Parts: sequence; C-alpha cells; structure tokens
Amino acid sequence: MTVHFKQDTPDDSNRLDGMKQGVLGKSIRRVEGMAKVTGTAPYSAEYPIADCAEGVLVTSTITRGKVVSIDKDAVLSMPGVLAVIDDPAMTTRAAQGTADEAPQQEPGTVCYWGQPIALVVAETFEQARDAAKHLPINYREDPSAPLDPQAVEAEEQEDETVRQGDLDHAMATAAHSVDVTYTTKGHASAAMEPHASIAQWDGDKLTVYASLQMLNYNISELADALGMEEENVRLVSRFVGGGFGSKLGVSEDVVAAAIASKEVGRPVRVVMSRQQVFQCVMRRSETTQHLRLAADENGKLIGFGHHALVSNLPGETFAEPVLQSSHFLYGGENRDLMLEVARIHRMTAGSVRAPGEAVGMPALEGAMDVLAEKAGIDPVELRLKNIPEEDPEEGLPFSSHKLAECLRQGADAFGWDSGPRSPRHTCEGEWWVGTGMASAARVHNIAEAKSRVTLKADGSAVVETDMTDIGTGTYTILAQLAGEMLGLEPAQVLVELGDTKNPRGPGSGGSWGAASIGSAVYIACKAVREELGQRLGVGETELELKDGKAASGESLVSLLDGNDLSREGHYEPGDIKDDFTASGFGAFFAQVRVNRFTGETRVDRMLGAFGFGRVLNHKTARSQCLGGITWSIGVALTEALEFDPRDGHLVNCDLAEYHVPVHRDVPDLEVVLVEERDPAASPIQAKGIGELGMCGGAAAIANAIYNACGARIFDYPMTPDRVLAAMPD
Amino acid sequence: MTDTISVNGQQHTLPSDPRTSLLDFLRHDLGLTGTKKGCDHGQCGACTVIVNGIRINSCLTLAAMHDGDEVTTIEGLGTPDNPSALQKAFLEHDGFQCGYCTPGQICSATAMLQEIANNWPSDASESLEGEMAATGEEIRERMSGNLCRCGAYANIVAAISEVAEESA
Repeated sequence: MTVHFKQDTPDDSNRLDGMKQGVLGKSIRRVEGMAKVTGTAPYSAEYPIADCAEGVLVTSTITRGKVVSIDKDAVLSMPGVLAVIDDPAMTTRAAQGTADEAPQQEPGTVCYWGQPIALVVAETFEQARDAAKHLPINYREDPSAPLDPQAVEAEEQEDETVRQGDLDHAMATAAHSVDVTYTTKGHASAAMEPHASIAQWDGDKLTVYASLQMLNYNISELADALGMEEENVRLVSRFVGGGFGSKLGVSEDVVAAAIASKEVGRPVRVVMSRQQVFQCVMRRSETTQHLRLAADENGKLIGFGHHALVSNLPGETFAEPVLQSSHFLYGGENRDLMLEVARIHRMTAGSVRAPGEAVGMPALEGAMDVLAEKAGIDPVELRLKNIPEEDPEEGLPFSSHKLAECLRQGADAFGWDSGPRSPRHTCEGEWWVGTGMASAARVHNIAEAKSRVTLKADGSAVVETDMTDIGTGTYTILAQLAGEMLGLEPAQVLVELGDTKNPRGPGSGGSWGAASIGSAVYIACKAVREELGQRLGVGETELELKDGKAASGESLVSLLDGNDLSREGHYEPGDIKDDFTASGFGAFFAQVRVNRFTGETRVDRMLGAFGFGRVLNHKTARSQCLGGITWSIGVALTEALEFDPRDGHLVNCDLAEYHVPVHRDVPDLEVVLVEERDPAASPIQAKGIGELGMCGGAAAIANAIYNACGARIFDYPMTPDRVLAAMPD
Repeated sequence: MTDTISVNGQQHTLPSDPRTSLLDFLRHDLGLTGTKKGCDHGQCGACTVIVNGIRINSCLTLAAMHDGDEVTTIEGLGTPDNPSALQKAFLEHDGFQCGYCTPGQICSATAMLQEIANNWPSDASESLEGEMAATGEEIRERMSGNLCRCGAYANIVAAISEVAEESA
C-alpha cells in the first residue's frame, strides 16, 4: 500500500519532536561504518563475479572530428584480448544530473580531447590495458574547434537575467560603490573511487554494479542508451566512494560494460583510470564574474549587479548556475544579473559539489569585503545590514532565514575582532597574520521520493529505497528517522539502499537527498503508525512508541501477530515551492598566515556556522560541514583545472597535478550548527547540508589574505605567484 | 626465490604476469578488496598497505618484487568482530564519509605511529634527532600522502591522536 503526500503548505506541527524514542538528531556512529573501516564494504568494482572479463576504455587524441577507422585486428591477436568494441550506442559523455535520458552517443564522432571512442576487452586487466594502448586509430580532424571561452560569442541564459531599476544610475550616485571582476578556474570532483562498473546479463535482463549517485535517473539513462525497457535493467550502488556531482549521471563505463558483456557473453568490468575520470566525466566550468555593488552612506545596498560567463560543449544544457544565491542573498532595489555560456570544445562541464554557489559566492563575498572596507564598516555588520526581509526579486517570503544568527554566533565562537579593519596589523616572523569572513548560502532543493518501510514480525524494521549513500550518511539518518517514528533503536532498523529493485528515491545530489528521502520514509512510517494505532484503538497522533512497545505496554511483536506490516511512502514537493524562497544560510570565519617572501598562504583555523533546518544526526551533519570547509580551502588556494590552449585537453589530469587539500593543508576546524525547523522546506523540516559548507568559504580565506598582507586578489585560486604579485611592497 | 608472498599471515603464490601490481594482485587475485585503487600512480594513498612493517603504496610496486615479503592489509589489521584500536577510533570520530580512502588511511596511520615511536623525523619535526611526539602537526604532515576528498581530515587527525595518546 502506497501513501502519497504532496506538500502544498508549511508543516510546523514538528511531529518528529513529539516522538518518544529520542534517537533522531543524535550524534550516533554510522551504521555502515564498521564495514568501511574494516575494508569489508563492497564498492562497485569489488563484487566477486565469476568469469568476469576486463574492459579498458580508449580515448580520443584529437579534439574534434571523426574516427575513420580502428585497426581492431592489430590488437585482437594480442594475448588474452577478447573484443574491441566501438558500438554506436556507447556513450561519449556522462549524463548531466537528472537528465533521465541517454547522454551523447556515437563514439565515432569526437567532440573533445579525451572522449571515449572504444573499449578493449581482455581476460585480464593487464592484457586489456596493454591492448588499449596499442590500438591504432585513424581520425579525420575538424580544425574548427573553439577552445577559449573569451574568444567566442556567448549565449545568454535568459531565464537567469534580471533587470530591475537602474543599476548604472545607482552606481553613479552611490556613496560607496564596488566594480570588480573575479575569475575562477575549473574544478574536478575527484571522488576517491574512480568510476567503475561490472555488467552481467541473464537472458535479456541486465544487472550493472556501478558507482552512481542517482539510480532513479541512471536506470532511465542506461535503458535509453541501450534501447531497453527499464524493467529489464537493475542497477546496484550500495557503496559509492564519493560523488560530488561526478556520478550524478550515467557515466561512459556503465554503458560500455553493458554492451561489452553482451558481445563477449560474459560479465565485464570497466574501471576508469584516474586520468580518464578527470578527462571524460565532468569539469566545473571556469568563470569570469563582474560584480557591481552600490551602497548608501550607511552601507545599505541600493544596487546589485552580477554578470557571469561560463562555458560548456555545444548542445549541453548545463550552465554553471553562478548567480543562484545572488538572486536573493542581499537587497538592493536596482538589480542587473546575467549568465552567459560560451560554447567551446573542452570536456563536458557539469555539476561539481555546490554547482553555482561554489564559485559565485566566493566572488560575491570577496566584493562585499571590498565594499566593507570602502564604507568603513565591519564586514559582519555590512552583511547584517543587507539581509533582505523578502526575496528582493521575487517578493516571496523566505521559508526560514538563519543568516543573522549564523553571523552572530559564528563571530562569537570565532572571537571575531569587530570594528574598523586594516591590513598588515600582525606579523609573526616571516608571516603576516589576518582574519576574514564571508556569508554562506545554498539554495534548498527537494525532489520526489519513494521508500518502503516494513515492520517485521520480530519487531525490527526494514527501510528500502534505491537512494544512495555517497558518504553523506543516508544509511544512518534513515535508521534514526524510522527508529524515531516506530519506537526502535537505529540498530533494529535495517536500511537497504542503492538497488533499483527498491522503490525509487531522489538520488544523492544538490543536497536534496536527506530531506527528500527522509520525507518519504517519514510518510511511510506515519502510515505504519496509523495501522498500529487502529489495532490499539488510538489515533496516530496519540500513539506513543518507544523501545518496541506502545505506551499501553503492548509490544510491537504482539501487535504484529506474526505478520509483517509494510507501507510505501511517496513524497512529492507541492505548490509550496512557488510560495517561498528556501535556502540554507551560514557564515565562515578564517585566520590565515601569508608568507611575506614566498606568498604562501596557510589556513591557521577556520569556523563555519550553518542553519539548514532540522539536524538529523549531529555527527554526520558536522562531517558534511567539515568536508565543505575543506573544499573551501581547495577553492581558495590550490584547485585549478588547466587546459592546453592548442587542443583544449585537460593537462593536470591526476591527483599529483590537480591539488586537492591534503592533511597538512587543513587545520582544526570548528562547526556551529544553528538548529532550526523549516516548516516549508520538507515534511521533516530539514534542508540539505552537503554543499552549504563550501558556498562562500573561499572568500573568508581570500578576505583574510587581504587582511593579513594587503594583497587584494580577484582570481581564484590564490596561489603564491598571485599573492606575491598583488602584495604591496 | 620462493615465489611466495605472505599476506595477513597466509602464504600465496606470486602472479605469473610480471605486470601485475601488488595492488591488483591483492584486489583481484586474492580478492582482498579492502585495499583501494584511487589513482594507480602513488598520488592518493588509498592503496596503502604495510610490507615488512613499512607502509607503501601498493600500486607503485609489482607483486613479483615481493618474493618472501610479509604484507598486512586492512583485513589483517582487524575485522568487524575484532577491530583494531584505530579502526574503532575512526568509527567513533567519524574519520571517514564515503569510506573509500579509509583502509589506506588506517593502514598508513598504523605504520605512521610506529615511525613516530621509532623517532623517525618528518618535515614537521623541530629536530632531526631526539624523541618524536604524535602532535597534530606531525600527524598531518606524516598523513599528507593519504588524500580524503570527502574532507574528513579533522576527524581523522582526532581519531589518530586519540589512539596515539592511549598508546603513549
């Protein structure tokens, strides 16, 4: 039995707060954690499938053109080689998040350097790798492949454009104005587990063990690519070694493994090399951002301008949504916002953790620091002055708004030295020391979700959905949520995720996982409670369940009387999304030291305060925030994709040359969770926290660099060469 | 030459293909998939195992080079029924999220604490000689070869520090 609920109005009954088990929100250990720390959790390449052949992808060494011929015979005679596959159904890009249909196919048509064009299958990985390296390919190159986003005419994304009032006039007449241009380099998700698939067929039924974030969409993408019915396809992703956007859409390994397995009549495993993950999955677009801020003599914004240029391949619908939070974060009645996309032949641009705000917020919050200095106002005070009472463009109320609390609580916890600020106030040996801050904002997303909850006759419970846990804590928070509703300890709730045989969840992405699937589990549990209440003769709202018993003393086991009780919850976001602007908010504070001779920046300490609705598990939520702050350090100081200007190929395509933060780059971090209930965000009053922790944090570091040494830099990442060049004598 | 390698106390015959890395031998031939492949180039540390007491990147060495060696993988450090002190501390401090770098972090930390106990210096050490201590900065420096993209570093250092203090 399925119970459907569509949320059209805010829910401030906060039913979860009235439950008796007392496990939701608690800082409990991850329920799947022991499997992870002992190496017994199976990731997608690790299922012991008998007679499995190995596939290695071959990728293009031209930027644009056609594959004229592939000399398969040259490698088919090599030891162990079983097949060379260049089937037109193979995919050449990863699908964009929530695409729900096959991405670009036809590997014979090359659109970017590094694109998959064939798969070599052999008995062993060593044999397949060797043969893949020796596969002769003839191309016909198309020399017209624009590569520089600044050199082509860009397409305006009209639904992002806002023009209100007269920003030019506001800028000309403002007491204080800022007109600056920031750039950010491209970023890679660089999840630790490379994309990997094992495909096997049983007649016309296909099963693929794959590393994917959104099975509910991926199954459609895979079925579409292969021309199959979804009921004949099963995807399994029980453990996913990080995603950060790179596994939102079905990737090239999945489709190639499925096609190869059919052709060789055996299971086939395809694992991308680290270089392939970098070069043929997703990049975050580089951006150029023009910020204009106009303020009155008190620092209150009267004008707000944000234009951004990003890039992608021709035909790709995704455009890094740089302006996403700029639309509502600060007031200013004269507004001018515009997003443009340059069509170039670098690899596909797509979602990387916090698409939009990850780069938009560092630029905006850097510009706000410049304004604070010009207006002679403390940076925290400047933000507090400019929090709008309603969405400044849509006129909608905010579902909840914790920016002011985050700014105040964060400043207190950090020991923010408020008041007038000037650079170079502290020098310790070779190091200038300074502090900086920034606001955090990340739009609230939520999606349709289904889950089945079964109360077993023995009094334990099972939660089933195809939702994934990509390190986010889904297994644990669903065990807590169902336990809270059904009066069970989380250890008595088995959570089964990552298998399309289960009801469809929302997938992990856009920070929407917890609130969306949590709502489906909540709805299913409520339906189970209703049935239990009927058996006891009490209403659902009166039913009290704790430790496997009702308040009357009757145990769940006796109520179930030897039978399982199962309900499916179906959550759908309703009209409520049209009535409110919903976002997570927060504040970052950082202290850095900058070497006066080398320009090297070290982060001494960093704090983030975040408000994102109900906290479902303090331990895992805090870890998400720590992860976001760590990414902020990378965005601020080290992470930059570099493309060859001649052929557009990604040059620094590994973890030695693309610099993610390492242990020694990350100091002790402090997280302040500003707990709240957001009645319009979801039936469980929760929002997401997977991305908020990196939405603006890089600016806190940039602003601290300026406060430390006087180098005002408008280009991320702020590498030593850039810091030195901007440092005053 | 014995053509054998000891893994977690069990003897195995070395692979016949000389191209097989120690990592692929462990994961594929022996089915010990707790050791992870993150980059295959010695850049991420996910494949860290302990060979004759020393931590190494198992992707950067060929299995054939380990004739007679003793290898310990994550499976040899502890099991769900009997986890090691570091495994328990990682669990308690949430020193992981997706879990993919975790076996490498734990193998690395296990051998790293022994390096400190043996007074081996690091870039973070004030002196090249004398007693070394497992300070936060020493742990961060010595663990910097083990990447964690989820960004669990702060919790990993907390977990290692706790075990270092208990055993000090």
